[in-house]
Amino acid sequence: MKTQYFSQVFALALKEFLALFRDKRSRLILVFPPLLQILIFGFAATYDLDNVPIAIYNQDQGLVSREFVSQFEGSETFEIIEHIKKDSDIAPLIDNKDVLLVLNIEPQFSDKLQQGKSAKVQVILDGRNSNTAMTAMNYIASMNLDFNQKWSAQHGATGPKVALEVRNWYNENLQSRWFILPGILGSLILVVILLVTALSVAREREAGTFDQLLVTPMNPTQILIGKAIPGIVIGLLESTLILIIIVKLFQIPIQGNIAALYLGLFLFLIAATGIGLVISAISLTQQQAVLGAFLFIVPAVVLSGFTTPIANMPDSVQLLTYLNPLRYFLIILRGVFLEGNGFTLLFSQFWPMAIIGVVCLAFAGWLFKHRMY
Amino acid sequence: MAVNKTSARNMRLMGMLRKEMWQIIRDPSSIAIAFVMPVVLLFMFGYGVSLDAKNIPVGIAVEKADMMTQSLSDSFQQSEFFKPSYYHSIQEAQQALEERKIDGIVWLRSNFSENLQAGKQAPIEIIINGVDSNQANITMGYIQGVWQSWLTLFSNARGIQLSLPVVLEQRVWFNSALNSRLFLVPGVIAVIMTMIGSLLTAMVVAREWERGTMEALMVTPLSMKEMLAGKLIPYFILGMGSMFISVALAVWWFGVPLRGSFWVMVLVSALFMMVSLLIGLLISIVSKNQFVAGQTAIAASFLPAFLLSGFLFDINSMPTFIQGITYLIPARYFVAQLQTLFLAGNVWPVILSNAFALLVMLIVLAFLVSSKSRKTLE
Amino acid sequence: MSKAILTLSQVNKTFDSQDYQVKAIDDMSFAVKTGKVTGLIGPDGAGKTTLMRLACGILTADSGKFEVMGIDVTKEPLQVQSQIGYMPQRFGLYEDLTVQENLDLYADLQNVAKDKRQARYDELMHMTGMSPFTGRLAGKLSGGMKQKLGLACTLIRSPKLLLLDEPTVGVDPVSRRELWEIVYRQVQEQGMSVLLSTAYLDEAERCDEVVLLHEGKLIMQGDPDEFSQGVNGRVFQVRVENSKHRSLQQKLSQNPMVLDALIEGEGVRLVMIEQNEQSVPKAEDLLPDMVKANKKVNIKAVAPRFEDAFIARLKNKQNSKGLSIAEIQVSGSADDEVIRVEDLTRKFGDFTAVDKINFHVKRGEIFGLLGANGAGKSTAFRMLCGLLPVSSGKVAVAGMDLRVATASARRKIGYMAQKFSLYTDLSVKQNLKFFSSAYGLRKEAQQDRIDWALETFELQEYQDTNAGNLPLGYKQRLSFAAALMHEPEILFLDEPTSGVDPLARREFWQRTNALAEMGVTVLVTTHFMDEANYCDYLVIMSKGKILASGTPLDMKNLARTEAQPDPSMEDAFIYLIQEKEQPDGSE
Repeated sequence: MKTQYFSQVFALALKEFLALFRDKRSRLILVFPPLLQILIFGFAATYDLDNVPIAIYNQDQGLVSREFVSQFEGSETFEIIEHIKKDSDIAPLIDNKDVLLVLNIEPQFSDKLQQGKSAKVQVILDGRNSNTAMTAMNYIASMNLDFNQKWSAQHGATGPKVALEVRNWYNENLQSRWFILPGILGSLILVVILLVTALSVAREREAGTFDQLLVTPMNPTQILIGKAIPGIVIGLLESTLILIIIVKLFQIPIQGNIAALYLGLFLFLIAATGIGLVISAISLTQQQAVLGAFLFIVPAVVLSGFTTPIANMPDSVQLLTYLNPLRYFLIILRGVFLEGNGFTLLFSQFWPMAIIGVVCLAFAGWLFKHRMY
Repeated sequence: MAVNKTSARNMRLMGMLRKEMWQIIRDPSSIAIAFVMPVVLLFMFGYGVSLDAKNIPVGIAVEKADMMTQSLSDSFQQSEFFKPSYYHSIQEAQQALEERKIDGIVWLRSNFSENLQAGKQAPIEIIINGVDSNQANITMGYIQGVWQSWLTLFSNARGIQLSLPVVLEQRVWFNSALNSRLFLVPGVIAVIMTMIGSLLTAMVVAREWERGTMEALMVTPLSMKEMLAGKLIPYFILGMGSMFISVALAVWWFGVPLRGSFWVMVLVSALFMMVSLLIGLLISIVSKNQFVAGQTAIAASFLPAFLLSGFLFDINSMPTFIQGITYLIPARYFVAQLQTLFLAGNVWPVILSNAFALLVMLIVLAFLVSSKSRKTLE
Repeated sequence: MSKAILTLSQVNKTFDSQDYQVKAIDDMSFAVKTGKVTGLIGPDGAGKTTLMRLACGILTADSGKFEVMGIDVTKEPLQVQSQIGYMPQRFGLYEDLTVQENLDLYADLQNVAKDKRQARYDELMHMTGMSPFTGRLAGKLSGGMKQKLGLACTLIRSPKLLLLDEPTVGVDPVSRRELWEIVYRQVQEQGMSVLLSTAYLDEAERCDEVVLLHEGKLIMQGDPDEFSQGVNGRVFQVRVENSKHRSLQQKLSQNPMVLDALIEGEGVRLVMIEQNEQSVPKAEDLLPDMVKANKKVNIKAVAPRFEDAFIARLKNKQNSKGLSIAEIQVSGSADDEVIRVEDLTRKFGDFTAVDKINFHVKRGEIFGLLGANGAGKSTAFRMLCGLLPVSSGKVAVAGMDLRVATASARRKIGYMAQKFSLYTDLSVKQNLKFFSSAYGLRKEAQQDRIDWALETFELQEYQDTNAGNLPLGYKQRLSFAAALMHEPEILFLDEPTSGVDPLARREFWQRTNALAEMGVTVLVTTHFMDEANYCDYLVIMSKGKILASGTPLDMKNLARTEAQPDPSMEDAFIYLIQEKEQPDGSE
């Protein structure tokens, strides 16, 4: 009887695969967008600044100010696109988004420095994207720090010799891509899994085949497992493909335990599949299922810590994130990729996903049997 | 019958409009998309997406406590950006960092005070969890701030005039407090409108095919243009309704200033809404079934608008070829317009150039939609 | 010949499907007369629907000339569309709009002047008997009502030409009769021309002219009476006393001289193969063993009907030999009670769909559940199969309530849903493989059953075709095959022959009869009243209650009046429904 049990489950899973992959359009939708998106988003999603257009308003004509400006000329972060001559030129450049910032060097800049006084440089930034503005400001501040230290060393300085020595763990060069790519992996897989599972029951219900399935001797648990397998298998395969792209193409090394990563992935897939099947079992029509999937995906991505830290959210919203399997999965991904974590450090992330998965699957199975009209 | 051509056309169009209206009223899901979704999403994004770090957990590892280290610790304690916890050894602090209890460590070695007073090099070592590089940069900036003010305080107390060679003066226009919500909320509106626009229409034509109503419509004198207009107009009204809700929430709830003109905002929103609706319509016409239409609408709207519109990630910093792709994302133009209208005002060069781009998209999409939708079953 | 409203000359239309190419219309030329009702008949895949769609310009012919009302429809589809009315197989009613709103929409789309509308609405609503329901959502109407509303929407601006594509599929006999009354009234009063396609041959018989199509080719065009005369002298009725009509039919159909044997009332109707000299066949030739057993065999010649001629024309004697069905082992003796229903009730909110019904079914019986659309048949069916919880009352199928019984109890039943519900994007073979696995068949046993199904149902040719792309008749065969993979003892068939052509229906019933002879219990619903004759026992439901029950003969006896001394099953049904039921449009 046991073999029969599993051969029925296997037949259902096989049927699900055939239904997904025999149709050309649905085959395309499941394979190409995730791969295309990891490539595009992988390159696009970065907080690091590169070739940001800036303008210089140098009112001083001395040598020192030129030396100060030359730092920007050699920088890859900034690109000087204009040297302006008068105050009134500043506003249009920033207003029209031609430049992100203008460096305004005061008239007596070189003289003041040579006299040992402080000289002032005004940085005028476009705050329409305050994060970009702040990042740019940070770059300039650290360039200025270098300049100051060099200047002080050359001209002798007083004061306490306290310097900050900064080390960044796990991501020494602070490349935001290292942080964001694992997040994109998690989000894309979530989207794929929900598309596979959320419509599966609703679609059969609309086509009338779900009734046909229910009159067979298969019990709801078997149907549930059979329906869950395709999502998990597709998720595992696509994740592996994306992982290879991340490691080979984007050159992000995996520091930690790959087995722990795959355990996390597996639990995440179970949780996502469970949620997808619940949405599917609740929905009477495909339209409702699409809407339901959408209403889950968007908050799940936003409240996962994918792009912005969970710690910055209000407390009540932070509590909500504990229900989100993506939250745990992202910690595991980043933990294994960047922090070199293994099983022990990630244990606290494994069990919540397992609980979410089991509860959702059980609920979906119950719904199969009880929501029939 | 004795009806002239124009009024015949109007009558058919009105018939379609009335039908769509009844359907919208009877099926709460499109009303939910238009009116509930923007509110939920705006709150979700408004609170969920924030780059303003507060109460960052840092560990201060003090190997030998004294007056000097105490005053530095106090500076961290007083800063609104930090929530410090204290460790007696670097090992303890590092373990806490590994366990993700703290995001950074300020490490004062046992000889710190001694060296400082002796006028020797007394470095403060900072270890930051760099996984979230953006957050790490921000944390670093704040630590520098605390350090600078402590240094000034420390020097002043000893009568030393601390003078830096070059002093930077930061002037941030449009958002002087660098409150990230002010720029995120307008961006979020653009992302939400992209999703709503394409979701509203993606299912509606596919549904007519699936339910077999398309065949009956085709055999009436109704032309394809009239049918498309009948689909677009009601959802345009719904979409604009949800736009107004979003703007109202942005201004009155999230406190984003609206510095540009309201009417300019209405005009550019209308243009953008048309583009989004046409994208949904195109998906719907091409896929002919709700399964594929729904999948495509999700895949084509949310993540691209979220990641490629410049709402969060600076477009100028993307590789050139990706920048090329962003020109195909309508949300890119709308984000620029909204952020400008909300925070900067009526800056015509920004508004008009982006409006022009949207207009070009609108024309191309309208052409595609009308050429793809012919009155035939094939 | 009066002026033609529709002229085809050498029209061709080919479809490229994923798996094969279909020549839907093959070099067809003919004309349809103005002011007449023309019936388009032929088996599935004959090209009826394609022809309709070409006529209204939503498909374009590959070559040839297609004129509607003298307009070239390929060049000026909009001009044609503003003058015709077309009702597709599934008419596009908006289910979330009310009856009135649907009417308004189509009046707007057809540019009916506002001041003339009310009169037309009143007229149409009166004709369809839907005046009390104008405020009801179309989705809440019964199947028959929906179809009538669809017709009303099509007729809102009296078109010159009315195209109806199988307008009566899935419609109960009462509504069917009403539908035709409306159409014929339009022809008489407005001089409208009508082109309709139908699977009901009695409907075709009433047309002024019929056009018979087969595999995209025109076979015949002419007066249906003349057509029927083609088999004059070859049609007989056989009655044998004290003999089960099912086994009688089976015996007769195996005779090489018999082209077609059909159960009709208490006898069997025969169409003999064409011979040089037609004479009444002798009992010794037809039923030698019955004559030997000294049974009284009564054979008499009867007037031919349209259906006889249709079958004679299309039935290929060679094809029907494979209709045998493998043995199914059924345990237990006949007369065991297999299904028992006691006070079965199902409520949806305030609405009682099934109201305290009682019946029982014996082993090997064919049990028919009849009733108008929305009478509660499908609801009762779904409860029996365990797909819907009961509100109160008891259901026992093979001694168990399938909803609570173990999953393996479901192995005893086979279920064929009303709508085609197999996986459309899986091939025929994959569907069979999946369903046999779902019923626990494996390895050789599974392969044997799949081979059996492909062979018995003649599906080999299509085994790698996607189920969704099959012609309707083959879809129905596939569903039937899928329900039989595990050799069930009890079969639930919900409108198995809806929309299926007469040839396929005959095959279907032949197989079902053979199964019943082996002891398989069959529960069936149908709208074809001639099919009710196959049943051993009938129940007629109305508004959730049982209206009448008994053998087919009992039913006819109930309806026997002076005006109608020999009612057909359909007459009996309509009589019983109208006698005991006040019209109501609800489902």
